[in-house]
Amino acid sequence: MILLLRWLHRRLRRPPATAAPAAGRGRLALVLHQARYDLRAFLRNKQSRFFTLILPLLFLVIFVSVFGNHVVGPDGVKASTYYVPGLSAMAVIAASFVNLVISITTQRESGVLKRRRSTPVPAWVLIAGRTLTAMGVSLVTMAVLLAVGRFAYGVHLPTRTIPGVAVTAVVGAAAFCVLGYALSTAIKSADAAQPMVQAIMLPLYFVSGVFIPNVNLPSWLRHVAEVFPVQHLADGLHHAYDPSATGVGIVWTDIGVLALWAAIGLAVALRRFSWTPAAATG
Amino acid sequence: MAAVADASTGIGGGSTPEPVVAVRGLRKRYGRLDAVAGIDLEVYRGEIFAFLGPNGAGKTTTVEILEGFRTRSDGEVSVLGVDPARGDGAWRNRVGAVLQESQPEPGLTVRECLQLYAGYYTEPREIDETITLVGLEEKADTLGEQLSGGQRRRLDVALALIGDPDLIFLDEPTTGFDPSARRTAWSVIDGLRSLGKTVFLTTHYMDEAEQLADRIAVIAAGRIVAEGTPGTLGGRHRMAATVRFTLPDATRPAELPQELRALAVGEDGQRVTLATQTPLLHVHTLAEWALARGVDLPDLDIRRPTLEDVYLELTDDKQEG
Repeated sequence: MILLLRWLHRRLRRPPATAAPAAGRGRLALVLHQARYDLRAFLRNKQSRFFTLILPLLFLVIFVSVFGNHVVGPDGVKASTYYVPGLSAMAVIAASFVNLVISITTQRESGVLKRRRSTPVPAWVLIAGRTLTAMGVSLVTMAVLLAVGRFAYGVHLPTRTIPGVAVTAVVGAAAFCVLGYALSTAIKSADAAQPMVQAIMLPLYFVSGVFIPNVNLPSWLRHVAEVFPVQHLADGLHHAYDPSATGVGIVWTDIGVLALWAAIGLAVALRRFSWTPAAATG
Repeated sequence: MAAVADASTGIGGGSTPEPVVAVRGLRKRYGRLDAVAGIDLEVYRGEIFAFLGPNGAGKTTTVEILEGFRTRSDGEVSVLGVDPARGDGAWRNRVGAVLQESQPEPGLTVRECLQLYAGYYTEPREIDETITLVGLEEKADTLGEQLSGGQRRRLDVALALIGDPDLIFLDEPTTGFDPSARRTAWSVIDGLRSLGKTVFLTTHYMDEAEQLADRIAVIAAGRIVAEGTPGTLGGRHRMAATVRFTLPDATRPAELPQELRALAVGEDGQRVTLATQTPLLHVHTLAEWALARGVDLPDLDIRRPTLEDVYLELTDDKQEG
């Protein structure tokens, strides 16, 4: 899977790397330039690689082994067909939300963001580059989950609903990136970032049908889960993977709730996002 | 305000070049405290300007206003002809900044850091040449996190230079360095002069200002208390030199010629201290007198006030007040 990402990374690479001037290039080229170095830094970080690329795959193997490849879930599909989209939701969240919050708080506290702001690069380019990286990593991890699911456990290949899978994943990644930027404004130190995001996400994974089918939950807990975006990303992906799904596999209500959360996140991030360390010196 | 602008470089009059940095009445208020209490500054093209002062004097606040990171409470500020509060990408393209605290980009090597930043600018410098300029050739393929403190700072300087700016801010570039790392950093900064860059350096080390700067302004408690060249700061060139010597046991200080006794500012047994505006003349008189008596003065010492003496005197009054 890391090889796949390295391939993606090489695709993003532009010919002779010696300082192609920004003026001669388009805005999009500058976003790709940023994404390429963000991706490279991501791939060099052991912790990022483990939590984002390896852990969802590990969970797939564990869950299918524990529960056996029997019929589970509300749609009555095999465990593997249930867990590939569920853990795909986890992969999207790990790449966009968890990894982004940790890296952004670290970069803010160490003055990296402030130094970048002292250059002419527009803020939105930095944000778009980082978001693009998260989307790329999400899609690659999902592809690997699907490939392992298909060849090891005979998961149904959602050829007809590929648009649904892709659209849901991309919207989800964008929404969770924005939410990541919003949450990073509430975290004062880089050390607090990892426990904080895990404390938020672990319970949500459990109640949102990522780790266990949520038909097993009491109804009040299901109602709570429905408020949060994790449930809707997982549900959108479950639907797109459901062999009995009709159409292109997009659940518009799930997309709508994700978009609503993204709008809230954007409002918070725009109001409160800071490029400079919390304790500025005099 | 009590700014002493004695002997500021004679740049004035009709054909004044446009200053690169011009500050008038700059004020920054935090609650009821004036961190910067109305200062004036001018920095001209191609000079290394040192902004010297103790910790907490208002140096970083001022430099961050000039860099566009902080807003000001009052006053006029122009950096490269633009108000930094409204500095856009085109302006940032011409300004480089080495911040007081910033770590390397995580997960990138020295060369990759520079490649990333080069992409932000319209006309970046050559990457390998910039690496050589800061002396990091050996470390070009090393991850930023694996560099020593001094090397990280030099990477910071390289990142500030990569856009080929006209003006570079260096905020306390050598704080926490060991002596050899400081020497290396100084030679890098001195090298900026030959590139024709204008450098705005903040520091609390007087030796650093003396070594590097063409002109120095001293800030204490938010006010400029002196401005001048390293040689003339605070009237240093007009201050009396000190002549010290110890007389042999058989000779009493009272036996010195009247002309010299009049200059005595301190007597400690056989040890005599004189203050003189004309050290050569008075040492000559002293030598004639000593030779005539067959007396040697093996610990004879002539000192001009150091920049440190001047600086401590300037900043001491202010910190108390």
